[in-house]
Amino acid sequence: MSVWNKQRREEEPSGPLNTTVKPAQPALPVEVRKEAPTLSSMSNTPVGRMEPDTSRGGAATIGKAVKIAGQIYSREDLYVDGDVEGTIELIEHKLTVGPNGKVHAGVKAREVVALGTIQGNVEASDRIEIRKDAKLVGDIKTARIIIEDGAYFKGSIDIVKVEPKAAASQPRPQTASAPAPAPSPVGVAVPAGAPDTKR
Amino acid sequence: MLRERVKSFLRGTRSPEDANSLGNGGTVPHVPSRQARTQAVETRQSRGLEQFFNCFRDQIGLSILDLGGAYQENVNFITNLGHKFHSEDFARIFHETFGQDIADQANPGRIDYFLRQSLDYEAEQFDGVLAWDALEYMEPPLLAATVDRLLHILKPHGYLMAIFHPADRKTRVPCYTFRIQGPRSLQVTQTGERPPSQQVFNNRGVEKIFQNFESIRSFLSRDSMREIIVRKRSA
Repeated sequence: MSVWNKQRREEEPSGPLNTTVKPAQPALPVEVRKEAPTLSSMSNTPVGRMEPDTSRGGAATIGKAVKIAGQIYSREDLYVDGDVEGTIELIEHKLTVGPNGKVHAGVKAREVVALGTIQGNVEASDRIEIRKDAKLVGDIKTARIIIEDGAYFKGSIDIVKVEPKAAASQPRPQTASAPAPAPSPVGVAVPAGAPDTKR
Repeated sequence: MLRERVKSFLRGTRSPEDANSLGNGGTVPHVPSRQARTQAVETRQSRGLEQFFNCFRDQIGLSILDLGGAYQENVNFITNLGHKFHSEDFARIFHETFGQDIADQANPGRIDYFLRQSLDYEAEQFDGVLAWDALEYMEPPLLAATVDRLLHILKPHGYLMAIFHPADRKTRVPCYTFRIQGPRSLQVTQTGERPPSQQVFNNRGVEKIFQNFESIRSFLSRDSMREIIVRKRSA
């Protein structure tokens, strides 16, 4: 849980205030909990108190005046607008590097959005977005990638196809628009006697 | 900060952060940035592109280096073929290193620095290199060193594609970005102008530049653009 979240919780008013605000809808807090965007600790907070954080989707935040050296492991989304050196691991969650963010780290996450600078290898199991004016130097391994015009990227891109679990047992025909399967000796189709088989 | 940015925008100026946002420090004059105002966009047929990827037909998992920077279209096209995409913004590094200083392109120290910044790869790492028009703005000493390095990082029987504009130009020449639209279709966008190289890129000149390669195939388009594919010798 982020520091910001903790402060919000401490400021949270007690039960009677909720009933005063919405006396005619006693079931509303339950519905809000269902509609909460993430499963972070913020989901217990009444929706009106989440307003300052909606732009970052309830993510934990490292502000632009913060510098961290070491390993970061998070079970909720993370927004980095400061400096981070080391490693960042967000299993099943999203990392956003803000316009002021400078990440010199290896990154593993479900989704990565770069608006600032990332220097290091990035593994995004779902997708990575490199926005305009972002700078990424490193090797990328992901299922999908979006690069906006004006972004700077130096490195390699390895597209790793993620098979849907339900259809994993059924072979799928390969289409031109679908990302090709990850290189594997099984998938290589080089005709016998082809001139470039040495490669 | 936001207020300053809005003010700058309304005044039509750029903040220092904006000016340096993509670079590694100072401003770079005449960088053919993707943010520069585009002057002309056209889609053209490219026999060279078609032949380049035909060279890798029926293979996947190859390493292709694109010296034109990372464009969504090129990333999609190459990764959809099952290859690994490598990106270098060659033009940007070129201008950050040399700017408009032609004389510096004969300085061995600067040449070495440039090659370490842009082509610092292991030997025989790539199956193919898309150089686009990056080579034709170089002066002969830098061009020779760059071609040597490209030869070094290509695998045996690897291929390189390059594009050269008509040889008879006298004044500043346009520079472009190249986006792959299909197996034989390129979207070409003019992004600025650069001074022409002293190097001559006619048939004889191109053959001399790539004399250490095994073979050269040349495709001349209707607008006299020359697309060439060269192949590295076997080990």
